[in-house]
Amino acid sequence: MVRNPSNREQFRPADHDAEHFLLTTVVGSYPKPTWLSRAKKLAEDPDSGFDERALAEAQDDAARLITHEHERAGLDTVVDGEMRRDEMVEYFARRIRGYEFNGPVKVWGHNYYDKPSVVSKVEYDEPWLVEEFEFTAEVASRPVKVPMTGPYTLARWAFNEAYDTEADLAYDLADLVNEEVHRLVDAGARYVQIDEPALATTPDDYAVVGECLERIVDDVPEEVRICLHVCYGDYSKLYPAINDFPIDEFDVELCNDGYQQIDVFREPSFEPDLALGVVDVHDATVESVAEIKANIKEGLKVVSPDRLSVSPDCGVKLLPREVAYQKLSNMVTAAREIEAELDAGEIDLGAPNAD
Amino acid sequence: MTELVATTPGLFPLPDWAKSDLADLKGRQKADLISGSESNAVVSTYERARAEVVDEQFDADLDRIVEGQLRWDDMLAHPLTVHDRVETNGIARYYDNNNFYRDPHVVGELTHSGDVAAELRAASAVIDDAAPPQAVLPGPYSLADLATDAHYGDDREFLSAIADFLAGEVGSFPEHETLFLLEPSLVESPPDDDVADAVPEAIDTVAAATDAEVVVQTYFGALDEKTYAYLMDADVDALGLDLVAADREQTVYNAVEYGITDDVALGVSDGQNTRVESAETLRERVEWFTDQVPMTDFETVYVSTNTELFYLPVNRYREKLAALAAAADLEREVSA
Repeated sequence: MVRNPSNREQFRPADHDAEHFLLTTVVGSYPKPTWLSRAKKLAEDPDSGFDERALAEAQDDAARLITHEHERAGLDTVVDGEMRRDEMVEYFARRIRGYEFNGPVKVWGHNYYDKPSVVSKVEYDEPWLVEEFEFTAEVASRPVKVPMTGPYTLARWAFNEAYDTEADLAYDLADLVNEEVHRLVDAGARYVQIDEPALATTPDDYAVVGECLERIVDDVPEEVRICLHVCYGDYSKLYPAINDFPIDEFDVELCNDGYQQIDVFREPSFEPDLALGVVDVHDATVESVAEIKANIKEGLKVVSPDRLSVSPDCGVKLLPREVAYQKLSNMVTAAREIEAELDAGEIDLGAPNAD
Repeated sequence: MTELVATTPGLFPLPDWAKSDLADLKGRQKADLISGSESNAVVSTYERARAEVVDEQFDADLDRIVEGQLRWDDMLAHPLTVHDRVETNGIARYYDNNNFYRDPHVVGELTHSGDVAAELRAASAVIDDAAPPQAVLPGPYSLADLATDAHYGDDREFLSAIADFLAGEVGSFPEHETLFLLEPSLVESPPDDDVADAVPEAIDTVAAATDAEVVVQTYFGALDEKTYAYLMDADVDALGLDLVAADREQTVYNAVEYGITDDVALGVSDGQNTRVESAETLRERVEWFTDQVPMTDFETVYVSTNTELFYLPVNRYREKLAALAAAADLEREVSA
């Protein structure tokens, strides 16, 4: 059962001119400034004189910079671009008791990550994202979205040495995510995105992810918006199962393959809000506003405008920074133009459940 | 009486120093992956790494020594992705793993390459007759499955061409004791009726190109009954079976129902998990299988990981090699 998608109105900016409101957002990651990467390398070199405190200051500066860059692009909800995170599993696994690290493993070519091993029952240790959220919220003038890697992906993309099944591990991790969400909510967070890219590779496990989500949202107030992001998969294997997930919003990447899968979501009716990827994160060509408007209209085939959010397909961290910025800026412009056209009654609505 | 032979399906992780050195030398993007015509600096880096993994196998006391397949950026698709008549366009997911390879588009006739033979010659020079070398190749069905045919136009013809290509490569291999043909696609995407009977023929084509013992290693689970039955028609010395996968009872059922080769390779150590099984556990897994297939007195049982080893961090991969060797050594001979 979907939760309470109507909680999206709280993100409408006070100065929003149009009657219609397409919530503009991002999936999370953003290219790191070159100087931050250099600062990190310096901090790893004990002879450099550049210590952890200096690195923390550099990360604060980068987080402030990218949060403001998101605001400059006009986004309704912003992220710090995950300036403090290097890798989506490793960041969390280093903060959870029960994980250990043995060294890098290959993803493809000469791209590696420190795939951790779960060697004992996972337990909550230190907060994961509360400081990141508090810092971003303080420097931002727009509401802050908090992306975090979901328990199914944290389980699947680790070696499981300790649990009978990956599902058992994922459920324990989901309880920890629930604890973190509560801490974030106590700190003021109202928009949390659970990233589950691993579900795209093993869509038959949708029921495991469904159970994880039930645990994640346990006792989380309805005004807190819960989004689920899944990317690069065969969505026909997940739909309509996701209609039963306890979420407010489902965020998908579909721009990448030209919306070939958009019809998957039209029958039966799509129940959560749709956050649609409208710019490709694997192509450094910046889409024009006109192209992005056409992409947004693909979303209107699935849900009515009051239930449509727009975002890039996925995290934009692999793009050149100026390309990432221009894509976001064009995306917001496109959304605002679509809102105006909707207000003027110039767009025919085609969603199965549109009024 | 059965001889236990400790070995692996190869495709090892690069030593950590080589991971970063090669990333710096080659780059991290799709266009930077191995092409078959590397710079001297890249060649010598791989030589050092190859010598290191050969030494590690000696240190572990394995009974067969593989080259390590460290250059295989595209994993089992490697023999095609370095071929002149193959284009590599997109990146594709490697089975159900969080790993990716360049999808090889075969755009012309698959003539002799010699790429893998050159690797094996380099390895032989390091091994220097101190232990029996083992060659490793993708099986013809898996290589065809991982590739895209843009030249032959027919599934059976493509499979046959891949088999002829692999046979040609094997023909130029230096002396080797054993040849492992890795066939995970037989489990992951079993052949349909149109090509099922062509699979044993294709394997025979490759196997006939060598005098070595030939092992067809299947993994990522149990074979379905029909594929298993067809595979038993292949003229090879040993079938390799995944005893780590959850559906291993199906594997025992297949062996009891459809028979088994005189030799067998048993994937008893998990190539995709850092948990290191003890030698005793590995031996129990061997006996779990051989005790349930009582009609066969295996001549040779290859004791192996189920999958390639590149999924693991280096420390755990080394420990797995040592455990395999120790398992085979617990007592040298065992009644099947």
